[in-house]
Amino acid sequence: MAPRSQRTLKWLVGGPPFLFLVVFFLLPALIMVVASFRYPGEFGGLAPLLPARPGEESGLTAESYTVFFGDRVYAEIFAKSFGVAALTTLVCLVMAYPVALLIARSPKRHRDLMVLLVVLPFASNFLVRVYAWMIILGPFDLLFSRFAVIVGMVYVNLPFMILPLYTNLEKHDPALLDAAQDLGAGAWQRFWRVTFPLSLPGMFSGAALVFIPVLGMFAIPEILGGKDDWIVGNMIKESFLGTRDWPFGSMLSLMLTVAVLAVAGATSWLAGRSLRRA
Amino acid sequence: MRARLALLLEGLGIAVLFASFLASGGKYVLAGAALALIAGAGLLGALRARRERANFWLWYASLLVYAFLYIPLVIVVIFSFNDSKLNAEWVGFTTGWYGRLFADEAMLQAALNSVLIACAAAAIATVLGTMAGIAMHRFRPRILPFLVFTPVAMPEILLGVSLLIFFLNAAQPLLGAVGIEFGLGLATVVIAHVTFCIGFVAIIVRARLAGMDESVFEAARDLGASPWQTFRLVTLPLILPGVVAGALMAFTMSIDDFVITFFASGVGTRTLPLQIYTMIKVAVTPEVNAISALLMALTLGLIVLASKLAPDLMRAGAE
Repeated sequence: MAPRSQRTLKWLVGGPPFLFLVVFFLLPALIMVVASFRYPGEFGGLAPLLPARPGEESGLTAESYTVFFGDRVYAEIFAKSFGVAALTTLVCLVMAYPVALLIARSPKRHRDLMVLLVVLPFASNFLVRVYAWMIILGPFDLLFSRFAVIVGMVYVNLPFMILPLYTNLEKHDPALLDAAQDLGAGAWQRFWRVTFPLSLPGMFSGAALVFIPVLGMFAIPEILGGKDDWIVGNMIKESFLGTRDWPFGSMLSLMLTVAVLAVAGATSWLAGRSLRRA
Repeated sequence: MRARLALLLEGLGIAVLFASFLASGGKYVLAGAALALIAGAGLLGALRARRERANFWLWYASLLVYAFLYIPLVIVVIFSFNDSKLNAEWVGFTTGWYGRLFADEAMLQAALNSVLIACAAAAIATVLGTMAGIAMHRFRPRILPFLVFTPVAMPEILLGVSLLIFFLNAAQPLLGAVGIEFGLGLATVVIAHVTFCIGFVAIIVRARLAGMDESVFEAARDLGASPWQTFRLVTLPLILPGVVAGALMAFTMSIDDFVITFFASGVGTRTLPLQIYTMIKVAVTPEVNAISALLMALTLGLIVLASKLAPDLMRAGAE
């Protein structure tokens, strides 16, 4: 086929989804970048870019950024969000490892069912899963606490740790463990010196899948936590729908994006490094 | 043998823990007994023969995690049949909460909205996602995968707020200038859902294509089939299970979505998750349990159906 018609075909097939996503994903993202440099509107939202009436604030400003970097409160909330995300990731990892390992070492015919059992709770709505913990923790007076927030975050994100970890562990060659055993390694040694290092890439991709969504969540801290437990997600939601200071909310969203990119970059770098070492 | 006994003991402990909750919003005595049983199982396991110990602990921990995954949901479902206004103590069996649900106008409207949105979003996302999946497999574009997968990978709130700004600050004034009235509503929610559903469909379709023998398509071309004929007579029938699974997945994602809907819906348009959110925040009654149980049954059915159609789906999703 001539390269020219090949190109037409490429655009015929790939063009529509490409255009849709440029308009409804890329463009809104770029508009948000601009919005973070605008003035808040008189009644919330955004002030116009061009002055409609004399004396009205318009044009571009870095005020949102000045406020953000001028007050330690915001840095502290970001730090707290990272803390919550890190703790959630850690708990998920500890809980996910035995399950992933068990599935990977089970007979092949049982594995699909065991994986399905991990995924099935996901058939329930996100809010239902959070609500369930409201019912459970309520009678124990554990509601509206940091503990409840972490429990909720872990509950909602656990499968995202189990699945990549399992996909990794499943690929390990059992001959490696046999070899280690023949060389006199005990069960613990076999785990820590063979299985664990080989599973690092799976752990890092699972960590990214858990850590990143936690940063942006607002419903869990809102429903299970106290006012003290607000994280970045809550601040963003509040800026858009509460105080309606959209430039500030846009700026926070961009900061979150930067944080997310940093985490994604760091985990994939670490995963790549551990892969080369192994 | 002792390992089996220990795991049985652990299971019993989990069951008692569960019962302690139903007995009366977490009776401490029963809960204590449950923890004792679970700990006893661990002790029994620790005394076991050295050789099998690692395997025992794997089972022991996994059983606890599986219980952690399921008990909360089972509790929600059980209390949806509880004849009490509180989710605290089991009083008696009733289906009254389901009855109230079907008499609740706002709930029915929300359910209707949810289904309408999910149908429309799934239909559009399936067409666009299938195209994206084929394009990515066949032409290896560079920018398209980024556009397709980023909305799925990033925190939902970012997509939600950026679309909110876009709809109200770009689309509304622009369309208003040409005389089209545009505001937040069903249409904006559908668009928002399509944006992240495309990725799910594309992943499944691409996975299906990747597992296929390229020579089939070459044969079709050699026999003189036009690209359209190749697609309609060869490609589409081959990837159809993947396309259907993708459509079901998109439907499930759409009907379940809360965060993005929350920002893209405006005041007037309520969906089931939004309704649940309001109910949780205002007053918690077993009506929430009832709608939760129904929604669970619905999405459960869809996910099982999707995984039957495309067994490689779970794997694709995991990677």
